[in-house]
Amino acid sequence: MKDIRLMKGNEAIAEGVIRAGCDGYFGYPITPQSEVLEYLMANKTKERTGMIVLQAESEIASIHMVYGGAAAGKRVMTSSSSPGISLMQEGISFMAGTELPCLLLNVVRGGPGLGTIQPSQSDYFQTVKGGGHGDYKMIVLAPASVQEMYDFAKLGFELAFKHRIQVMVLSDGAIGQMMEKVELDEQVPRWTDAEIKIKSPWATTGKTPDRERNIITSLDLNPVKQEIININLQKKFKHIQDTEVRFERIQCDDAEYLFVAYGSSARICQKAVLLGRERGIKVGLLRPITLFPFPTIELAKLAKQVKGMLSVEMSAGQMVEDVRLAVNGVVPVEHYGRLGGIMPAPDEVLNILEKNFIKEKSYEPHTN
Amino acid sequence: MSHIPTKDEICEPENMVYSRTCLLTDNALSYCPGCGHGTAHRLIMEVIEEMNLQADTIGVAPVGCSVLAYDFMNIDMQQAAHGRAPAVATGIKRLYPDKFVFTYQGDGDLAAIGTGETIHVCNRGENITVFFVNNGIYGMTGGQMAPTTLPNMKTATSPFGRDTETMGYPLKITELIANLPGTYFVSRQSVHTPANVRKAKKAIEKAISYQKLNKGLCFVEIVSNCNSGWKMTPLESNKWMEENMFPYYPLGDIKVPK
Repeated sequence: MKDIRLMKGNEAIAEGVIRAGCDGYFGYPITPQSEVLEYLMANKTKERTGMIVLQAESEIASIHMVYGGAAAGKRVMTSSSSPGISLMQEGISFMAGTELPCLLLNVVRGGPGLGTIQPSQSDYFQTVKGGGHGDYKMIVLAPASVQEMYDFAKLGFELAFKHRIQVMVLSDGAIGQMMEKVELDEQVPRWTDAEIKIKSPWATTGKTPDRERNIITSLDLNPVKQEIININLQKKFKHIQDTEVRFERIQCDDAEYLFVAYGSSARICQKAVLLGRERGIKVGLLRPITLFPFPTIELAKLAKQVKGMLSVEMSAGQMVEDVRLAVNGVVPVEHYGRLGGIMPAPDEVLNILEKNFIKEKSYEPHTN
Repeated sequence: MSHIPTKDEICEPENMVYSRTCLLTDNALSYCPGCGHGTAHRLIMEVIEEMNLQADTIGVAPVGCSVLAYDFMNIDMQQAAHGRAPAVATGIKRLYPDKFVFTYQGDGDLAAIGTGETIHVCNRGENITVFFVNNGIYGMTGGQMAPTTLPNMKTATSPFGRDTETMGYPLKITELIANLPGTYFVSRQSVHTPANVRKAKKAIEKAISYQKLNKGLCFVEIVSNCNSGWKMTPLESNKWMEENMFPYYPLGDIKVPK
């Protein structure tokens, strides 16, 4: 019999990491994602699977605890919301430089500064373009449902260890707080120390006579070597761009107009597609599931089919830049966004699409 | 005339009373001649070898002069971001409670940028060992003022001496953390004379062996010279350290198990 529960998004990913065999969670409370830490604490993970959960003194400490655990080969994670993720950028950059696998969760709230605790998507640039110093990318998964919050825990750890990379689940306050049914799957056993030594021979587990010492460092003062390190990182990102793109096509086959949206905005646009079809508008939705790697090729294909694209984001226009790069001027690409924690309504985004692309007499490019 | 033994004859096994620990690598130390870091490295590695802990040890190197400690210590090591070694060590120790985990940090790393991590790792009573090398200056970046720089001491960023009215006071972080219930053993030592080296080694032995008791954090400060940063010869810097550093940072055990 299927194990189906009604859960908040934040609770779903917490249950997801337990069942994905996570070894350690280190985090600091912040709205709207504190339920992750609360759920893990309430679930007595130490007794259930042996998973360690620790409330750190700050987001900075949290990410560096993750660094320590990841560098020792464990499946570790942290979660936070926008201001806390800003604090973690140092550690994320260090993990990028040392190619450490980990799972990160940002339940995005509106900014800048303390901003608001309401949902937003204004951390796209920080997440996708690299918020810390140096040339690096993370794999970015954008859940659009509570089920995906759950599913991306396991997928995130798989991708993180497959590529020795940080995987960020870029959620938002709405997906984190809303309740939906979730289908749970079987418990994945945590790795034993012996398994860790086989799966991650690079990890610092204690130097034994059979191997050289393992060192985890992002430092190389020799610029020739440092350039090679960076070139190899870029090769890895290219490989990920070539192999790990994920997206969902919703009524795209006959679409003349296209919404491009992820996360909560994608849910809103999904409804707008239905409303549009009722009005006789052939509109579809391309939902990027991975924001890095971005579905560039798919959007370039769709650009040859549709008459215009509307990027809907709860931001002042961030993902739209990647949509425009993919479309490369073939069709008009406009942006519509609400800011400061406001979520647009389905008829609102449909009206904008109509105004921009269909009611030609009244066409005015939407300005940011 | 009696035979004068050659070097090879002197190095016969029966004459060997001391050798370098195999837990130091063959890499040439990057520290300035006269600096205490090399001795501190050697003592820690000797004790780990003597306690047969190599396979169980995970060390955390800091940012500072000892950023390359992993080049010299023949153990598994992680390089931490500036000041974050206590958090990194926490992550390791919580997931590997049976391993021996230590950090090796300087005063800028431990008592300025990493103060929060230092206080909280001690307050949580993490079962790790912290080695703290205090030379009152930022050595690697070229001799700037540190949290532990003495009043009126000249550095690159306090060229007319540390003015406590505007630059604050030297931070006695070791006394501070000794007050926290999470610390189990806290000691301050130096490595500038053979007698002090022996005392320091004893403190390091305790700080390492106590870790397996799981009774809290063990902390050994080593007050050291920085002859380059202080712009002195090694001998002058040792004398200056005795006359100026030790009165402010007195040597000895600060907290011992009851």
